[in-house]
Amino acid sequence: MTLLKAKRAILFTEYMTQKKVSVFRHEHFNAAHRLYNPSWSFEQNDAVFGKCNNPHFHGHNYELVVKITGVPNADTGYVMDLKQLSDLIKREVHERFDHKNLNMDTAEFKKLNPTAENIAIVIYDLLRPHIDAEKDLQIRLYETPRNFVEYPA
Amino acid sequence: MVYLTRLEHFNAAHKLFNPAWSKEKNDAVFGICANENWHGHNFDLFVTIKGKVNEDTGFLFDVKKLSDLMKIHVIEKLDHKNLNMDVDFMRDKMCSTENLAVGIWQQLVPHLPEGVILHCVKLYETPRIYVEYYGE
Repeated sequence: MTLLKAKRAILFTEYMTQKKVSVFRHEHFNAAHRLYNPSWSFEQNDAVFGKCNNPHFHGHNYELVVKITGVPNADTGYVMDLKQLSDLIKREVHERFDHKNLNMDTAEFKKLNPTAENIAIVIYDLLRPHIDAEKDLQIRLYETPRNFVEYPA
Repeated sequence: MVYLTRLEHFNAAHKLFNPAWSKEKNDAVFGICANENWHGHNFDLFVTIKGKVNEDTGFLFDVKKLSDLMKIHVIEKLDHKNLNMDVDFMRDKMCSTENLAVGIWQQLVPHLPEGVILHCVKLYETPRIYVEYYGE
């Protein structure tokens, strides 16, 4: 009987350690931006970025999905505590970008065009140091309900 | 009487800021929405008309024509614009979603044919915040 229990415990541990799971947290922020390359003429910016080049800016409701992949912890059953992930996103992303002008108000986009692609890369770089190294991180960022990007690809 | 709704969308920057007030009072009333360098939204616009169904077409109003009216008189004026700076019908008004809904109503009413009555302008500023205006 004792042997059976021990076998079950080993099987349970193996079962736990072999399964990778992805967990997700959805957050959102609202911001103004402009797509503009300062090394180009206004005409070239207009030709490439169209109405996104409006010098008076425009804006979006950004929806952010953060994906963490790893093996659930044997003691908690968690890949990551989602409340901690939510707090991390609020601190690192929301407080930087919410109700801001991405071009004017943020250090990250002073010299970087705030396309959805670049915003996703910046968010990845902001979050990565705060998440366990053995966990995978992926960012999905919706600029509109119809346009979204993922990083890493 | 039938009600018909068309959804269009636009993206814009704005700020909530009363120029007659100090920066401190604007911050106290409007909070982060008063950010002097603007912020922005994806707006969803639902326009509902009402009227009788035409016997020959089965239509209250050709919804393609309603879409075109919304695009010409509203979306082209608002999409990828700064609502405070770029929009003629919002000049000297507070750029709240409430006032924007009223402004959109006023843009559309003159262009609807007889028998097609504007019933509601419903404007989503975020997926969680929206206003409705019934012309009252």
